[in-house]
Amino acid sequence: MPRIPLLELAHARSGDKGDTANIGLIAYDPVDYPLILEQVTADRVKQHFGSLVRGAVERFELDNLCAVNFLLHGALDGGGTVSLMTDAQGKVFSTALLRMEIEVSEEVAMRVAGRGRHPGRRGASTS
Amino acid sequence: MSNTRSVQPTPSAGTVRIASGQGFWGDDLEAPVRQVRGGRIDYLMLDYLAEVTMSIMRKQQLRDPSAGYARDFVPLMERIFADCVARGIRVVTNAGGVNPTECAKAVAEAGRRAGAGGRARIGVVTGDDLMDRLDDLIAAGHALEHMESGDPLESVRPLVRSANVYLGARPIVEALRRGALVVVTGRSTDTALTYAPMAWEFGWSWDAHDLLASGVVAGHINECGAQASGGNCSADWWEIPDLARVGFPIIEAGADGSFVVTKHPDTGGVVTLRTVKEQLLYEMGDPTSYITPDVTADFTTIRLAAEGADRIRVHGIRGGPPTPFLKVSVAYAAGYKAVGTLVYAWPDAAAKARSAARILRERLDRLGLAFDRVLVELVGWDATHGHLAGEPPPDLPEVQLRVGVRGPDRAAVERFTREIAPLVLTGPPAVTGFAGGRPRVQEIVAYWPALIDRTVVEPRLNVDVVEV
Repeated sequence: MPRIPLLELAHARSGDKGDTANIGLIAYDPVDYPLILEQVTADRVKQHFGSLVRGAVERFELDNLCAVNFLLHGALDGGGTVSLMTDAQGKVFSTALLRMEIEVSEEVAMRVAGRGRHPGRRGASTS
Repeated sequence: MSNTRSVQPTPSAGTVRIASGQGFWGDDLEAPVRQVRGGRIDYLMLDYLAEVTMSIMRKQQLRDPSAGYARDFVPLMERIFADCVARGIRVVTNAGGVNPTECAKAVAEAGRRAGAGGRARIGVVTGDDLMDRLDDLIAAGHALEHMESGDPLESVRPLVRSANVYLGARPIVEALRRGALVVVTGRSTDTALTYAPMAWEFGWSWDAHDLLASGVVAGHINECGAQASGGNCSADWWEIPDLARVGFPIIEAGADGSFVVTKHPDTGGVVTLRTVKEQLLYEMGDPTSYITPDVTADFTTIRLAAEGADRIRVHGIRGGPPTPFLKVSVAYAAGYKAVGTLVYAWPDAAAKARSAARILRERLDRLGLAFDRVLVELVGWDATHGHLAGEPPPDLPEVQLRVGVRGPDRAAVERFTREIAPLVLTGPPAVTGFAGGRPRVQEIVAYWPALIDRTVVEPRLNVDVVEV
């Protein structure tokens, strides 16, 4: 089965609460929401971020919005004013999640190919 | 407003339009003016406070007892005061910071300068400041444990710089009831600035949890300004028009709690399902339990429907009772930090930067300097995605080496700041970007979230209403 980056299926926004980063992940198309629920589990997200997240990863579903919310605990080097990180407030953790690859059918891969990238750059690789 | 009616449908009768004008202290200074002059609004909400803003304001107040609030708010009010009086637009803001009383005084003077003398009232909400009560509260058994670590506040008591309770909508509603055109608060929750006008206008009771929860969702959409109307939107960002004059969001609320998110005609940005969803999820915790002083909202019950251009209807929201606690935001001194940067150029830019970082760390070790944390990032390669970025290619044109240190010893951090520039002549080649001078040592003022029994706070809340 083809593997595609989440970037092609979902958009996202992230923020902070102390040392915890949150990522809201939103399906572009409601038909792809079940795929996200099935594949983008808390465990897989924890694995994806590896050493970038020291604590647990939690997932909450917002079915009405075809969206999930992740809490990445211990991701911000203490957070807020304490953190030394460029992204001390987790503003772009969302984009790091969108790199994650998931398995989809040929049909889905064809339908969403290039999504999420500036039209002038479509076809460019993510990694 | 006949000019706006030709562009968009007349808002249905019985709605109240609450416009967002600032999403943080430092936001677009022209946005509130555009909101006031660009079409019909009934309320303008201005959020100035982030978690650490209060401690910055406290520092300013210690130097000058008449300071300690968002100063930008005063010249803004001078610009819009006459419009607000003429059209009955009421302003609700937490610009008061740690000194709402002085803020209100300055706003009253601005109002007089703008010709509003004797024509408006200003409401001031106080009682959120716990700084002078901390020792008594701790002695009375209120440990103010850190919400994540569980440590009692006593462990950092001498280092505390500010302590404020997040207040809800009730004191704002009281100020509105007493005729305030401008309501100035200290640490009100961001969302209360939007749902207090809804609760007041529609006469919602404090146990109407579904209605109040709708107001909280409206407040969450309004509180970050243009983040709900096209700013910082990751979905097809290149298609979002005219962000140079982005229209900030407006909540068009009805008595049944449902509302429409929209913006003024002839402004930039967009309001779509996508922009609203992104903002709904921003800084979200457990969506089933969004706790505020007045209600606990369930964000999983939110229903959205597109209603035409730049109009998203939000409805179906459920809520439950608030908790017996209020959240306290404490700021305390937590050591020092500094960040230094240098830029390395092709070829092997990343290898040079990493080599420089190793040399720097060895020098810090040889000097016997100890830090709680040393962080090395390569801006242009791994600073935002870490190991997910993979290994940098040898032909990377350039990279910025960014090294940060943190620790309790100011002298050690100070010495670190003197170890960056020497790398230019004593380290790997092709290095530049040091013209900014030595890094600055910053005192860390950290955030300590805690809970407090609301019954020790609420009886001391105070609302004053003064004439301009």
